[in-house]
Amino acid sequence: MKTIYRNVLGGKAGTLDVLVLAAILFAVFPFALDPFRLSLLGKYLCYAFVAVGLVLCWGYGGILSLGQGVFFGLGGYCMAMYLKLEASDPVSTKIQSTPGIPDFMDWNQITSLPWFWEPFKSLPLTVIAVLLVPALLAFIIGVAMFKRRVKDVYFSIVTQAIALILSVLIIGQQGMTGGVNGITDLKTLHGWDIRSDSAKYILYYASGVLLIAGILFGRFLIASKVGKLLLAMRDKEERVRFSGYDVANFKVFVFVVAALFAAVGGALFTLQVGFMSPSFVGIVPSIEMVIFAAVGGRMSLIGAVYGTLLVNFGKTYFSETFPSLWLYFMGGLFILVVMLFPNGIAGLMDSHVRPWLARRRGARLRNAETPADAPPVDSSLPGTATVRSPSPLAPGEGASTPRVQPAH
Amino acid sequence: MPIDESSRIKNSRRREVLRVIAALPLLALPLSALAQQFPTTKVNTTKLAVTDGEVTVGQLHSATGTMAISETGSIQAERLAIDQINATGGVLGRKIKIIQEDGASDWPTFAEKAKKLLVNDRVAAVFGCWTSASRKAVLPVFEKENGMLYYPTFYEGLEQSKNVIYTGQEATQQIIAGLDWIAKQKNAKTFFLIGSDYIWPRTSNKIARKHIENVLKGKVVGEEYYPLGTTQFGSLINKIKLQKPDVVYAIVVGGSNVAFYKQLKAAGVTSDKQTLLTISVTEDEMLGIGGENVEGFYAAMKYFQALDNPNNKKFVEAFKAKYGEKSVIGDVTQAAYLGPWLWKAAVEKAGSFDIDKIAAASPGIELKIAPEGYVKIHDNHHLWSKTRIGVAQKDGQFKVVYESGLIEPNPFPKGYQ
Repeated sequence: MKTIYRNVLGGKAGTLDVLVLAAILFAVFPFALDPFRLSLLGKYLCYAFVAVGLVLCWGYGGILSLGQGVFFGLGGYCMAMYLKLEASDPVSTKIQSTPGIPDFMDWNQITSLPWFWEPFKSLPLTVIAVLLVPALLAFIIGVAMFKRRVKDVYFSIVTQAIALILSVLIIGQQGMTGGVNGITDLKTLHGWDIRSDSAKYILYYASGVLLIAGILFGRFLIASKVGKLLLAMRDKEERVRFSGYDVANFKVFVFVVAALFAAVGGALFTLQVGFMSPSFVGIVPSIEMVIFAAVGGRMSLIGAVYGTLLVNFGKTYFSETFPSLWLYFMGGLFILVVMLFPNGIAGLMDSHVRPWLARRRGARLRNAETPADAPPVDSSLPGTATVRSPSPLAPGEGASTPRVQPAH
Repeated sequence: MPIDESSRIKNSRRREVLRVIAALPLLALPLSALAQQFPTTKVNTTKLAVTDGEVTVGQLHSATGTMAISETGSIQAERLAIDQINATGGVLGRKIKIIQEDGASDWPTFAEKAKKLLVNDRVAAVFGCWTSASRKAVLPVFEKENGMLYYPTFYEGLEQSKNVIYTGQEATQQIIAGLDWIAKQKNAKTFFLIGSDYIWPRTSNKIARKHIENVLKGKVVGEEYYPLGTTQFGSLINKIKLQKPDVVYAIVVGGSNVAFYKQLKAAGVTSDKQTLLTISVTEDEMLGIGGENVEGFYAAMKYFQALDNPNNKKFVEAFKAKYGEKSVIGDVTQAAYLGPWLWKAAVEKAGSFDIDKIAAASPGIELKIAPEGYVKIHDNHHLWSKTRIGVAQKDGQFKVVYESGLIEPNPFPKGYQ
């Protein structure tokens, strides 16, 4: 029990972070926002999955993938294919020359369903495909690259190339993929109308719960031996290799995990937005996803969520307020964040907000204590320089377990 | 958009505003009377953004991103139409207010903004979209939230919705008349089809091929597609030189156009040796390509800026007064201009802003002030319109050499699918 508390929840501070996030997602937003804004937020949460995956893979593993859109897209496309087949029943497509196949296939003179669409007639197979297809691709890329010791910027370039290849492939094979338009006009999931307001609420909560589960899993991973090895590899890869570890395997593992996160986000995205298109697969969206993680702080799983929300809120707000100037505001925001807070929002929290809070708490405590029996409070420790020091309000708790890893 | 351009727009808008303010006392009387005649509770039963003095509409185009260059003309034309409507008393005595949203050349953003306009702002109509992909992205939103979209671009057809009025031509209108004319004029038997690789060129070429083979009894000697943004047409041009088709039928879009026509000219394939008919080059594209590179080639459109009729003269004059002497007006810009007028006519015919009533009232509406001459809304929510053939001129304009009769829109053509 205690290990779970320590490793998964991250001790007292970590638990508090998760609880705050859960309270914001589940209690504040749903009541403060109308269904339209909430469904936008649901969309942002899907991106947050990718950002959380990137924290693991990039922040801890040191593998900068500029191609997460590929996995996001694959997860999304798998889900979209199932929904599209369900929306293309023979009755609603009876004006086509071949009823029963998706409309874009009919426009492209395709007369029967391509073989790889067949599994997507079944929901269980679709769910498996959502996870398996991106994971498999990530595994193949990972093995091919890491076993050959391709790393750093070279690996990033390769992932970028893959993002480009996949988007060109999807656009080129429009008869089978919907091309530039993507797969649109999705209506129901196993008979359940995904466009209704109640569905938006349910999907929003589902995304939130899954996201927090994902964050806890990420923490577990970071606190485990694998997490430590990842950090060690990131900082001194050779040393880990000489210690007898097969570095490539660990890299493949964390890359696949990040891909899985992205895929789940993609599938949920399709459900909430109601369509999937190659514009989520290419290089630009992939880089945008890295920006989410960077703004949030690349060492912070929870920070990645806030980063994603902040960037997307900014995007929506600026583009609504200044339809023709908003890109400049977004650019300015990114430059500011990188210049002023290189460690993102989480870095800002750690270096400024938390010490400030601790100082205030310390001061209040001193004020309360000094008049009583005036034991000289050690004033050389104002604000308790170490962020994670046990709180004076709850002496003892957490003090016995010195934290190795800042996992917030 | 360069800064001087926007400041010019702002200045002219200021003038426009002043003019409207000056005219206000004149309008005040009949305006309020008209608004009284149509009380808000009666003309707006579905909680749209309609008040006693104002009705809010949305404008949803790409103001940023790769499509901004194409969509700016539509934004301007719609604003011009709305200003003109406001200056003459508005719609049912109500001034039109615009909420503009940026689709940012990104299809999911279009869907998001469409939803915002319909759900949050409760706009009475939306004028917007340009590419088929953006229309496909917003269509489910308009159908679910029951909005009304006025879509200006000529497009591939295969679509019909209660919630959309298509003010551009669907593929058969643009294609068949053009092919008939060129086949007769040039006694053409062999055709080479070229397109950018996405749904509109592919569907259009499919229709063209069927028409060439089944009706004109001609032959398609080549059909080639290139990804959007391609700039290398060397091998294609070699094939054209080899095949020597009677007609090259080109549906290349966007930036690729510039490379395509420049390379054609460089390879010596000019209008005196080769007949070329395009349905994707308007005056807007000519700006980028340069008139000297397209000179003598043919384009099939429903509208050219050079059209000689009183409506168009007035329109071109007003457009230039508002956006500058150098502005050009392409087919889509004119179609976008029709949107607000068609909506006004539908609202007045229905006596209501309710979407269902507008949708029902739209078929049969005629617009006699259209710059392209005369249009009428068909039961299928597309427009009856004429198709013209223009010859590209050095100065970036077209000389109109042929005008068809009114063509019935047929988005699901039998025998062409």
